[in-house]
Amino acid sequence: MFDRLTFRHGVHPPELKQLTADLPIRRLPYPREVVLPLSQHTGKPARLIVRVGDRVERGDLIGEPDGWVSSPIHASASGTISEIGLSPHPDGTFKPAVRITVEPFSAQIPRPRLVPDWHGLDRDGLLEAVRHAGVVGLGGAAFPTHVKLKPPPDKPIEMILINGCECEPYLTTDHRTMVEFPERIHLGVRIMMKILGVSKVVIGVERNKPDAIEALERTKPADLDVVVLPLTVKYPQGAEKMLIEAVTGREVPSGKLPLDVGIVVQNAASVATIAEVFDTGLPLVERIVTVTGLGVRKPANLIVPVGTKLGDLLTACGGMTDDAREIVFGGPMMGAAQANLDTPLTKGTTGVIVLAERECKEQASYPCIRCGHCLDACPVFLNPQQLGKLAATGRYEEMADAYHLSDCMLCGCCSYVCPSNIPLSQQFAAARVALRQRKSVA
Amino acid sequence: MSDRYLVTASPHLRSRDSTPTIMWSVVGSLVPIIAFAVYYFGPSAVLVMLAAVVGAVGTEAAWGKKGAVRDGSAAITGILLGLCLPAGLPLWMAVLGGAFSIGFGKLIFGGLGQNIFNPALLGRAFLQAAFPVALTTWPAVEGVSWWSLRGDNFALPLMSAQVDAVTAATPLGLMKFERVLTPVADLAFGTTGGSLGETGAILILLCGGYLALRNYLNWRIPASILITVAVCTAVLHLIDASRYPTPQFMLLSGGLMLGAVYMATDMVTSPVTHRGAWIFGAGVGFLVVVIRMWGGLAEGVMYAILIMNALVPFINRATQPRVFGTSRQKAPA
Repeated sequence: MFDRLTFRHGVHPPELKQLTADLPIRRLPYPREVVLPLSQHTGKPARLIVRVGDRVERGDLIGEPDGWVSSPIHASASGTISEIGLSPHPDGTFKPAVRITVEPFSAQIPRPRLVPDWHGLDRDGLLEAVRHAGVVGLGGAAFPTHVKLKPPPDKPIEMILINGCECEPYLTTDHRTMVEFPERIHLGVRIMMKILGVSKVVIGVERNKPDAIEALERTKPADLDVVVLPLTVKYPQGAEKMLIEAVTGREVPSGKLPLDVGIVVQNAASVATIAEVFDTGLPLVERIVTVTGLGVRKPANLIVPVGTKLGDLLTACGGMTDDAREIVFGGPMMGAAQANLDTPLTKGTTGVIVLAERECKEQASYPCIRCGHCLDACPVFLNPQQLGKLAATGRYEEMADAYHLSDCMLCGCCSYVCPSNIPLSQQFAAARVALRQRKSVA
Repeated sequence: MSDRYLVTASPHLRSRDSTPTIMWSVVGSLVPIIAFAVYYFGPSAVLVMLAAVVGAVGTEAAWGKKGAVRDGSAAITGILLGLCLPAGLPLWMAVLGGAFSIGFGKLIFGGLGQNIFNPALLGRAFLQAAFPVALTTWPAVEGVSWWSLRGDNFALPLMSAQVDAVTAATPLGLMKFERVLTPVADLAFGTTGGSLGETGAILILLCGGYLALRNYLNWRIPASILITVAVCTAVLHLIDASRYPTPQFMLLSGGLMLGAVYMATDMVTSPVTHRGAWIFGAGVGFLVVVIRMWGGLAEGVMYAILIMNALVPFINRATQPRVFGTSRQKAPA
């Protein structure tokens, strides 16, 4: 059984990673301007501390954290603040953002060491440094890392689980990070171990990335108890609860967090970022993204400044093909389609996928034939068939009270398998929003 | 490069399966069974099945949602109904049965996905109630030219059909009413009397196996039905071997195989949960044995499935999956 580590249910979408899996990470010339939303993370938006006309160097603070569950925002390029106002946000809304006109001939050399050297720091010092470096989870949700690294004292942590699954099709961000910067991952692990006081670490990597597994094994420090665990290729293997099930066989109780079972899960790119900020002394101002899909001319893995506008990024990748139809931030299973080329990449943008016409043809929708495939796909054992029926008639309370709507991760497996093309996960997301609104009105 | 982009909700990838794919795959998997029926029963088989399909598809086209014929579900209903009719049936009855299947079995409930009962079986139940003699007149096969019709297929509506065809009893009828057992090999390979598609148990299993491999058929339902029938019959046979037939006879005779593999597994009218499928199958199997052994009819598969169809909503409700990270399911309201 050891070689078949995975969770139950789930789906096998085409992997589509071959476009970028072997392309080394490249750096692009700086764009003319970057747009930095003050909300790039889960929690409260950062509080603005600059004004229009201010001159900033790369790495300078422009928004400070507003409370504990928040994160600072730093200038991702040297230049002048040209505008503070609403800008399109990857979540589809307009949100307050800082626009920086990048200095054209700047060498983009930051001030020396904005983040202290980690060797001399104790646990609290490390935690504060991580917090003030603006490190958040880079796997998509952008949850502030320092919050995860300070669990409540009554919840002892036994294990750190590094998520190197990257189960979303197309994306190769974590993959290339693990292949090219395995030492960073191990250094990040070392720092996390010190902060959490944990000695047991497992790095879970899907089997379709043998080069990443090999790189991590090769660079493993002798003095750390780190296990690199190859996992079955299946979606959503990289969901926290699924990863924990695959590695430990345990189910995180409904409504609880990984730390309730003594585990902290951190995505591979985020761990590498922890190491990177201490390594370079520069806060989180750039990230690795995969730009891929049949609709982009030159797919690539790139290091880009946070706040790079979608249009600039696509231009740098040779532009879009004639049959480009839909642009998605994140993976194709859970990512959000973008309507505006001025939308900036944020800290949580794992990739940009341009889907071609033939990939996103509208498919005819049929009535539910109760085939039950959605029940076989749902990784948290919900009944999407019943939930979908209730959603169609607006019975949202019943969905939440009797059918565990709150346990849905919106992973999209049910919509993926549905032969009648019923937009199940979309209905569930809508139901949750409607419920929240009803509650706030009541 | 256009300046307008599509914005849709995730997931942006969809599996290739579609409802029409499933339906037409079921139709495709039935081709060997249809071919065997034609080989065995001659041109009458073609006529009867065609008539049932015309009745079903015609009704869907006339009163169903626009374009609904293309999803293939009416064609399945027609073919399945045809397969459980005798070869010598007057064609107008087959057309009427097909029309009843779709009209009263499906459309009045709201069309595809809304019906409670298996439409094909409902159509057959209607025919059996309306025309009991015609529905139980089984043509003989031996000593008849392949080209000859196996009954008065062209009888005019509402006129009594001439019953001059050579008839043969079904294995179940022989067993029940005359206490004659048909050899198991004949049952397995389909060389017996019966409805068009109920002969040839092995062929049906193979065709169903193909669908199960493609995940278009829930194998738990036929497995549960067949296991239940086998176990119940084995117990009865052990108690009194002179009164009760062997399990292999029960499994291979009559419409059990066709019913278990193709009728009970109709997605719309069977449970969505795995546990529900096992319970549903056990119920069907148990009722089949009860009706066959102690009922007034020789065959019980049709009523067994229809009765269990009615219980599917309750089975679904009682077998809700245990949600990840919970110990018990919350009782649905």
